[in-house]
Amino acid sequence: MDVHGPLSDEGVVRLLTHTGERVEHPAYSRYADELDDATLRLMWREMVIVRAFDREATSLQRQGELGLWVPSLGQEAAQVGSGHALHPGDWVFPSYREHAVAYLRGVDLANLLRIFRGLEHGAWVPDEHNFHLYTLVIGSHTLHATGYAMAMDRDGLVASGDPSRDAGVVCYFGDGATSQGDTNEALIFASVNNAPVVFFCQNNQWAISEPATRQSKVPFAQRADGVGMPNVRVDGNDVIGSYAVTREAMDRARSGGGPSFIEAFTYRMGAHTTSDDPTRYRSKAEEESWAERDPIARLETYLERRGALSADYRAETTEIARTLAADVRVRTKAAGKPPTHEMFDHVFAEPHATVDADRAWFERYERSFLESEGRH
Amino acid sequence: METMTLAGAINAGLRKAMERDPKVLLMGQDIGSLGGVFRVTDGLLKDFGGDRVMDTPLAESGIIGTAIGMSMRGYRPVCEIQFDGFIFPAFNQITTQLAKMHYRSQGKITLPVVIRVPFAGGIGAVEHHSESPEALFAHTAGLRIVTPATPQDGFLMIQQAISTADPVLFLEPKARYWDKGEVDVEAPFVAEGASAAMSRARIARHGDDVTIVAYGPTVRVALQAAQVCESEGVSAEVIDLRAISPLDTAAVVRSVKKTGRCIVVHEAPTPFGVGAEIAARVSEEAFYVLEAPVARVGAFHTPYPASKLEHDYLPSVDRVLDAVDRVMVH
Repeated sequence: MDVHGPLSDEGVVRLLTHTGERVEHPAYSRYADELDDATLRLMWREMVIVRAFDREATSLQRQGELGLWVPSLGQEAAQVGSGHALHPGDWVFPSYREHAVAYLRGVDLANLLRIFRGLEHGAWVPDEHNFHLYTLVIGSHTLHATGYAMAMDRDGLVASGDPSRDAGVVCYFGDGATSQGDTNEALIFASVNNAPVVFFCQNNQWAISEPATRQSKVPFAQRADGVGMPNVRVDGNDVIGSYAVTREAMDRARSGGGPSFIEAFTYRMGAHTTSDDPTRYRSKAEEESWAERDPIARLETYLERRGALSADYRAETTEIARTLAADVRVRTKAAGKPPTHEMFDHVFAEPHATVDADRAWFERYERSFLESEGRH
Repeated sequence: METMTLAGAINAGLRKAMERDPKVLLMGQDIGSLGGVFRVTDGLLKDFGGDRVMDTPLAESGIIGTAIGMSMRGYRPVCEIQFDGFIFPAFNQITTQLAKMHYRSQGKITLPVVIRVPFAGGIGAVEHHSESPEALFAHTAGLRIVTPATPQDGFLMIQQAISTADPVLFLEPKARYWDKGEVDVEAPFVAEGASAAMSRARIARHGDDVTIVAYGPTVRVALQAAQVCESEGVSAEVIDLRAISPLDTAAVVRSVKKTGRCIVVHEAPTPFGVGAEIAARVSEEAFYVLEAPVARVGAFHTPYPASKLEHDYLPSVDRVLDAVDRVMVH
C-alpha cells in the first residue's frame, strides 16, 4: 500500500504494539509506568463497554429507533487513553464521536441517544461533567475550547501553585476538521494567548469518503509547527501511548506551558454514520488490515500475557456491558415525543416579543382543535 | 447632562459597564492602543489594562468563537468587528453557535456576548465598509439586534446590551459617530428590564398624517424629511425602532392606527428587508386603517456601489419626501 503523509504512521509514539508488545519510548515510558495492571484492566473494560454501547446504538438505528448514529468503533483507545489523563476539573470540548470520553466523564450514555432520536439537541448538563455539548458544525468548537481555556487562565486555574487545583481544556476533533478555518484560527488564538488547551486530533483517516490526503500533504501534527505549538503523533490505537502523550500535554497546559497538539493516528473501523456506505470508497483489504490493529484486542493480548485479565473479570465486564446496552435500549424505546411547547423554550434567555407571539399563536391554534371537537 | 458625540457616548457607556462589572471585557482588532479605527474604545486600554481590552489576532470568526468560550465561564465579552463588511467570516459562529447555544443547551448555557459593529454608509469609504447586513441576522432566532440613533441611546443602549443575558448584535451607525447630543451620564443604570428597554421603539417626533419608521442612520434622514413635511402642511410622526430583533411592531401599529400611512426607511436593500417585515406586520394588524400601501425607502438590490455613487444609492431626504407624496395622494 502506498502510504504517506497523514496516512502513514511515521514518527508515532507507540508504547503497545498491535501485537500487544509493550515497548519503551525515551520520553513517554515514564507516563506509561504510572498505569498499573488494575488501571489497564479498567481501561480495557471501559473500551469494551463503550463498544457494546456503540453496537447497541447502531442496532437501534437499524431498527428505526434512532434517526442516525455516529459509531466510535475503532477509536476507543485514543479516547479512553486521553480521557484517563484528565482531571475532574479539566474541561472537554468534544466533536460528536467522543462517546468513550463522554462515558469517562460520567455522562449517561443513554442521553447521547436522545440527540440521535430527535428528542433534544443537547442532552446533558455540561457543568455536571465538565463535558461540553457535541458540536456538529465541524471545527466550530475548537474556538470555544480556546476561549474557555483563556478564561480558565484568567480565573487563576493555571499554574496556581496548587497542582490539584490547576486545570486545562482538551478539544477533540477529526482529520477533516483540520481544514476548517476555525480550527486554524483556534491554533493561532491559543498560541498567542498561551491558552491551556490540548488539541486532540483523531486522525481516523476518513472524513466521510475523503481520505486524509484530501486534507493534508503532511501529518496533521505538523500543522502546529506553524504556530510554534508543541506537537506529537501517537498511535491512537495504543491506549497506553494515547494516555502518555495526553498526560504530558495536559500537564503542560495546567502548569502554564501553553497549548499542545496531538495527532492520534487511528482508524474509523465503521461507517462515518449509519447513513454512510464505506464500500463505495474504501477496500475490504484496508478494513481487514485495520481490524488486525483493533485497539481493544491489543490491550487484551497484553493483559492476558501478563495474566492480568482473569476469567471472572472478563465475565463481569461482559455482564456490565450487556446490562448497560439493555438499559439503553429500554430507555431509548420508551422515550416519546417531547411536549410541543419545548420548541419555543430557551430561544432567548430573556423574554422576546417575536418568540412569545409565535408561542401564543401556536397555543391558540392548538386550542382551536379542542374547541371545535367540543362543539361537535 | 453632557454634550457628546455618538462615538464618545458609546465609549462612556462601555466605561460605565466595565466599571460596574469586572467580567466585562473588550475584544477586537486595533481596539487597544489605537482605540479602535473609530476611536470608540479610546483610553480604555490605559484605564482597564490589556486583560480587559484585548487586541486579538486578525480573524473575525476567532474573535466570536473565543468570546463564546469565555462567556461560557461567566465573562461578558464585547467584541468589535471593525467594519460591517468584515462580519461575514464570523457568520457561522454568530448564527450556528452563538445564537443557538442557549436553545440547544435548553437554557443551561447563556452567552451574554455583545458584538459591536460600525455599520451603514455615507462616509465615502471603500468597498465592504458601508454595508447594512441587519436583515441577514434578523432571520436568526437567538440573536438580539439593536442600533442607537442618538448619543443618549448610544450611552444607555450599550450598557443595556452588555447587561442582557442574550447575545446582542449592536449596530453603530458610523456616519452618525460624530453627531453631537445631550447625554445624561449621571442617570442611574437600571439592569432590571434592560433588554426590554433597549428594544422599545421611541417616538422621535410626533405627528398625525404619516408614520415614518426608521432606525440607526436613517432616523436623522426621517427627521429632516418630517421637518420639510411640516413646511408643506403634512404632519409626520417619526419612529426610531431602536431594535430590529425583537421588532416593536406594537409601537408601529399604534402610530399607523393614528396616521393611516406608513413609510419605512433603511439603508439596507429593500427586498426581504426590515421594511418588508414591517409592511407585512402593518398589513396584518392595521389593514383596515391604511389609507395607502406601506411604502419602503431603502437601497437597491445591488451591491453597495463605489462611494461617489452612494448618495444616489442611499435613501435621501428627497426619496423619503417622494414616498410621502405617494402615500399622501390617497
